[in-house]
Amino acid sequence: MAVMEARCSSSVMLREFACEQNFLSQPDGSASFVHGDTSVYAGVYGPAEVKVSKEIYDRATLEVLIQPKVGLPGVRERSQEQCVRETCEASLLLSLHPRSSLTLILQVLHDDGSLLSCLLNAACMSLMDAGLPMSCLFCGVTCAIDADGQIITDPTAAQEKESRALMTFAIDSKKHNVLMTSTKGSFSVNELQQCIAVSQKASEKLFQFYRDSVRRRYSKTL
Amino acid sequence: MLSTLKRRVGEVLLPGDEFSYDGDDTISLTEPVRPEKVLCGPGLRRSGDRLLVCKSGVLRHKQPNVFWMDCQQKRYVHAKGETVIGIVTVKSGDVFKVDFGGSEQASLSYLAFEGATKRNRPNVQVGDLVFAQFIVANKDMEPELACIGSSGRANGMGVFGGGGLLFRVSLGLVRRLLSPHSEVRSDLEQLFPCELVIGMNGRLWVRSSSVHQTLVIANLLQSCESMTPLQRRELFTRVQQGAL
Repeated sequence: MAVMEARCSSSVMLREFACEQNFLSQPDGSASFVHGDTSVYAGVYGPAEVKVSKEIYDRATLEVLIQPKVGLPGVRERSQEQCVRETCEASLLLSLHPRSSLTLILQVLHDDGSLLSCLLNAACMSLMDAGLPMSCLFCGVTCAIDADGQIITDPTAAQEKESRALMTFAIDSKKHNVLMTSTKGSFSVNELQQCIAVSQKASEKLFQFYRDSVRRRYSKTL
Repeated sequence: MLSTLKRRVGEVLLPGDEFSYDGDDTISLTEPVRPEKVLCGPGLRRSGDRLLVCKSGVLRHKQPNVFWMDCQQKRYVHAKGETVIGIVTVKSGDVFKVDFGGSEQASLSYLAFEGATKRNRPNVQVGDLVFAQFIVANKDMEPELACIGSSGRANGMGVFGGGGLLFRVSLGLVRRLLSPHSEVRSDLEQLFPCELVIGMNGRLWVRSSSVHQTLVIANLLQSCESMTPLQRRELFTRVQQGAL
């Protein structure tokens, strides 16, 4: 395992990423996240009043809505919504706002690969911007395994299409544990372990970026 | 833990950061040993002997051992004793429902006004603004407001009079305005005479001698959010010299 990590450390390559927080006036928290050409807007409303039918007596109800670039949300968006929702539920302290609703709306602007990880990162930044209590942060990293068995982190749409397997992990900021996995294609157990190790390495870069961008946001009030 | 906390005051922290208790290696023989107690404000949680950060923001400290996270959120979460500006939405029997911008509506009893009795009801209509204080603010119970203090006096609370303008700013700016030696407030005082009511829920109400001046003050306050102190002072002096 140690050898694997040592080998991975040199090969973590992420496209350029960028983020802007609090750029929408109406939502309580908002963020845009860009991975290369993939771009997502996120808006959070809450804690707000909840419909009686969706009320949970001991915690807040979290609703995630993903809007695709064109057309109506379909099955693919629903499955992504579920991935994002379960990751957010794992890191948010929902029991601090019982009988209220949190709504997270994600608008896809452009998909050039690694969409799910971009959605996860945008979600985390907007939840943080909304000031919701969280036990830890999370980030998303996508890995693709190409025909030669090479691991590509943060693949583009073209690289995704040529890949043999595609995996997205949500990783928490405390112990770099895996919170959520979404995989496609065939791969061995060893390859999965390698991808997790690569993603954990990549997540450190992302968490450092989170810290820098929040620091920049608060620079005027320091 | 206390020394690490104090060292990081003023730094930006993220959810998931934690401080763990590390016992002092040296024991003072002259002073009596007093266990250090840390008081956690919003954004900090105690878990066992660790202190967890659960909101992103700047760590602040107040003597002796009070710590909290200063976070620029927009949604108000009610807390006991805070004063807010609310809008009366429903009048039903002996309670009013007041919208204060939180997760649910607060109730306000008609007896919780200065001088109100069962015979002498206060004149409150749906749509009126009230400046009130939370007497019950608990995540498990319905929030409850009152327009009187514990002595039975209004202390400036109650229904708003006519005129004036209500607008919203971020909660961070509200807290900056309410801090004892607020620079924004002292800068503003030098401009025009005006009445300013600050609700902890991010609502501000301004009234001055003319509509024009009221609007100028509202716009200045809203633009304060994204300015450094230097830029703000520059803008305020330009307004004072009659640029607007």
